[in-house]
Amino acid sequence: MHKFANPTKFMKVANALFPVFCIGFIGLLSAGLYYSLLNSPEDYQQGHTVRIMYVHVPAAYMAVMIYAVMASCAASSLIWKHPLADLIARSSAPIGAAFTFLCLASGAFWGKPMWGTWWVWDARLTSVLIMFFLYMGYIALLNAFDDPQRGVKPAAILALVGVVNLPIIKFSVDWWNTLHQPASIIRLDGPTIDGGMLTPLYIMMGAFTLFYLMLLVIRLRAEFAAARIRTIRILGEG
Amino acid sequence: MSMSRARTRKRARMTVVFAGLAMLGVSVALALLAFEDNIVFFYGPTEIVEQGVEPGQNFRLGGLVKEDSVGLANDGVTNLFIVTDNNANVEVAFKGILPDLFREGQGIVALGALNNEGRFIASEVLAKHDENYMPPEAVEAMKRAGTWKHTQEEGN
Repeated sequence: MHKFANPTKFMKVANALFPVFCIGFIGLLSAGLYYSLLNSPEDYQQGHTVRIMYVHVPAAYMAVMIYAVMASCAASSLIWKHPLADLIARSSAPIGAAFTFLCLASGAFWGKPMWGTWWVWDARLTSVLIMFFLYMGYIALLNAFDDPQRGVKPAAILALVGVVNLPIIKFSVDWWNTLHQPASIIRLDGPTIDGGMLTPLYIMMGAFTLFYLMLLVIRLRAEFAAARIRTIRILGEG
Repeated sequence: MSMSRARTRKRARMTVVFAGLAMLGVSVALALLAFEDNIVFFYGPTEIVEQGVEPGQNFRLGGLVKEDSVGLANDGVTNLFIVTDNNANVEVAFKGILPDLFREGQGIVALGALNNEGRFIASEVLAKHDENYMPPEAVEAMKRAGTWKHTQEEGN
């Protein structure tokens, strides 16, 4: 594991995988959009509105997963001081924030026709909004210092504190009465979504995951280039 | 020597991180338990009947729309229906447009207050939908096979 903590070796592997991520993403997204928009059944209660699920659920899944990645990297940057962990956390944050926003926005567009409201302050919606603010706070804290290295530690601590929110998001619909319905996929008695809808949903989740990996590699390349420019500047000035 | 000192420091940092997370988790859990009444989005009919809520006090009522209970009041615009949890019932009056998913057997959440006769006067009615997603044909097939289990049927 520590071998890949070496940034050069890590980027070698990441660059080799990059075309796989891109092609996989385009392939899965095309298939996923075709099935979710054109070739999947309507819901017996919600009709065509159910198709919002194919964006909403993968976005929510990515928002939570990326937060988990960011927090694990924050922990390992605090404990082992791996510079790579810090770079992954810092590069993931804006992507996760964007997915959280997509999740909240698509949820509002779904809530209006189905529930009759854009937004309610129930436990699920509120805890996801808090996660959005945690992402924002992490990004703000990271960039609040003139010396970029000084923001790493406080931001990492904030990311770790926010981890308590993840189980709250997941189990909010079981622990409290909420307007949001209970879990449909990750539940003890198996998914409660019909197979014809579950397949396109999984395809879209795969596409979103590859999209994240694709963006992550691009952002890591940019971070390494920025670090190199800083070094050259310092050397040039000295 | 310096190597082992570095390792000790790493272990110490790891302990701090995990102990901190554990304590944070416990304190958040305690806080959430303490505020449980404020976190729940709605109360069910049983809780309302048992706790005896004062008339005029605003709260959210959630439950299923009882079968064959939906009707109009004499003024022709006020919707009347009963919200049930298959244990207790609360009569609801709502003047306004009901959401598309509103139907008998469907879960709803209404905001309002009880009047002096114990009827819930709602100012807003939201529809809840459950975690089941399936095409209409699948529902038809299950109904034919007699394996259709849904709140709508359980309510009877």
